[in-house]
Amino acid sequence: MDIFLQQIINGLTLGSVYAIVALGYTMVYGIIQLINFAHGEVVMIGAMVAYSVIVALVGAGAPLPPLAIVLCGALAAIPVCMAVGFTLERVAYRPLRRAPRLAPLITAIGLSIILQHLAMIVWSRNPLPYPQVIQSVSYHVTGNPNGATITNVQIAIICMSVLLMAGLTTLVYRTKLGIAMRATAQNQQVAGLMGIDINKVIALTFVIAGGLGSVAGVMVGTYYGIAHYQMGFLLGLKAFSAAVLGGIGNLAGAMLGGLLLGIIEALGAGYVGDITDLCRFASWSDALAARCASGEHVVLFGSNYQDVFAFIVLIVVLVFRPSGLLGERVSDRA
Amino acid sequence: MRALVDTKGHPVLVWVGLALVGLALVALPFALAGIGTAWVRITNLAILFVFLALGLNIVVGFAGLLDLGYIAFYAVGAYAYALLASPHFGIHLPFWVILPIGAAIACLFGVLLGAPTLKLRGDYLAIVTLGFGEIVRIFLNNLSQPVNITNGPQGVTLIDPLRIGTFSFRDTDTFAGLAFTGPVKYYYFLLVVLLAIIVINLRLQDSRIGRAWEAIREDEVAARAMGINTRNMKLLAFAMGASFGGIAGGMFSAMQGFISPESFILIESIMVLAMVVLGGMGNVWGVIVGALLLSFAPEVLRYTVEPAQQALFGRMLVEPEVIRMLLFGFALVLMMLFRPAGLLPSATRKRELEVRR
Repeated sequence: MDIFLQQIINGLTLGSVYAIVALGYTMVYGIIQLINFAHGEVVMIGAMVAYSVIVALVGAGAPLPPLAIVLCGALAAIPVCMAVGFTLERVAYRPLRRAPRLAPLITAIGLSIILQHLAMIVWSRNPLPYPQVIQSVSYHVTGNPNGATITNVQIAIICMSVLLMAGLTTLVYRTKLGIAMRATAQNQQVAGLMGIDINKVIALTFVIAGGLGSVAGVMVGTYYGIAHYQMGFLLGLKAFSAAVLGGIGNLAGAMLGGLLLGIIEALGAGYVGDITDLCRFASWSDALAARCASGEHVVLFGSNYQDVFAFIVLIVVLVFRPSGLLGERVSDRA
Repeated sequence: MRALVDTKGHPVLVWVGLALVGLALVALPFALAGIGTAWVRITNLAILFVFLALGLNIVVGFAGLLDLGYIAFYAVGAYAYALLASPHFGIHLPFWVILPIGAAIACLFGVLLGAPTLKLRGDYLAIVTLGFGEIVRIFLNNLSQPVNITNGPQGVTLIDPLRIGTFSFRDTDTFAGLAFTGPVKYYYFLLVVLLAIIVINLRLQDSRIGRAWEAIREDEVAARAMGINTRNMKLLAFAMGASFGGIAGGMFSAMQGFISPESFILIESIMVLAMVVLGGMGNVWGVIVGALLLSFAPEVLRYTVEPAQQALFGRMLVEPEVIRMLLFGFALVLMMLFRPAGLLPSATRKRELEVRR
């Protein structure tokens, strides 16, 4: 039970990061029906910029509390990622808005490769150890002293995500910009006739998505203690799966999908080894029994398959409910 | 092709031209071997990439479906060959048995992957194939436990070369005073297969199936209204592309004699896509040019960028490998922005990829 609780906590942490990244995908998709393939790279750039700032601050011996140092890193990363998001839209997507669907997808992939390798040139080919400025403190969730724990970093990540989600929801549903965004998403031409500057609204959507992505990048870096120029790829793919799970184009869906995917992944990685342990079938085969008797665990799929779960979720959702949990129907050519 | 072999106008000239091209292709490996055997190997790999690009062209160019995990089919073919012709399992089947098996398995994977996703919008397919490529790599890396199937990250070694009876493609034979080294023999083999694949592609493009693909690519609703079974046709494109990848993978295994999951990472898929896009989606000759250009680019870069940087800065600032990747990225972006139909555009594709204003 404690292991279960622990996995749920880990899953929630991971899931709130996925949710923030998924929001970036879903906002862009909601407004121009385009998968921003390069969004994972924006997250990576966020993590890298924050890394540099944090390392510089720590190196300079700045007399700041640890949390403030990480916040400084995030604050430096946000404008950079916003600028990257803006540039992506301006350079690669706006000229192709009326082109066939294939075209912006291909440019997005190209940009993603370019961003990755530029990051590699600027930072490093090797994984960068994220400075652990925040002393990790574990709190027991239950009374059991050996039971599930939650660290202060995990609490910070979850709280930060909730704040961001609440902020974004307010922005989209309570402000004028939000109304403009929703109008543009429904019908660009009519929105334009109503006096909305569509280009500005779409650019702002990319900027907001970039900002969210940068914060997610800082979270991932701090949580895993590592940053790598290729980290955005898998993260982006998982976050996209989360967005599809929740129903792409739907803000609440992205949040729900992110959290669910995080939990599925954590539980999957935690239990797949036990579930596929062949030793319970040891009576079926002598060779198997011999291997198990020597204390070896004959595991069919271990936790090294953790990354597969997101794709299985993605494929299962696409087969059985392509609209996702909360989304509208996605048909072939809507 | 039709234009190339249309001998009505100048029968003699065209045949002379073709004969010259043929002679050049036949003599090429010996000229390259003069520079160094490595260049023959590089050429062989370039031809393999032409296979891959032509296979992906069926999916992306003809049918207009974006497949970002294409290298996974290559991996499936390569591993099928490696496992059925190496001491790893102690199985040594001849290549004409394994290559079709590899193609069939790759085709099966293609259908399995395509069936659930092809009824959805194209961008979902792109993401799912991307994920699929990653899954295949994860499995290849981890299927050494509990039963050793793929030998994990170490890969499979000592893979049999292509062999017909006692004639092995790995050994050097002397024939009429000329030394035929392994790579040279592979070159001729690949050349023959390449010709066959080009002919298949050209015939396919002009066939009923090819026209159906084109119709789907341009307007799916209209195509369906014309009585084309769009789902089956898309599935067929996907399966055919996959089996081409499988065959190329098998030959890669045989040529290299060693494979590991490292050879089948996402970047390779992107590279093949860049070849197709650069050359011109849907145009067989364009795709060949694109594949050759991008295959030789890293070698050219190695011999130009390194000395140039040494001379300018006194040390290596940016490795040629990175420049190559940036080149792929920029090729994708710039081609889509400024010449969306590729270097050698196919006429219909050009018309359709122009931004509608």
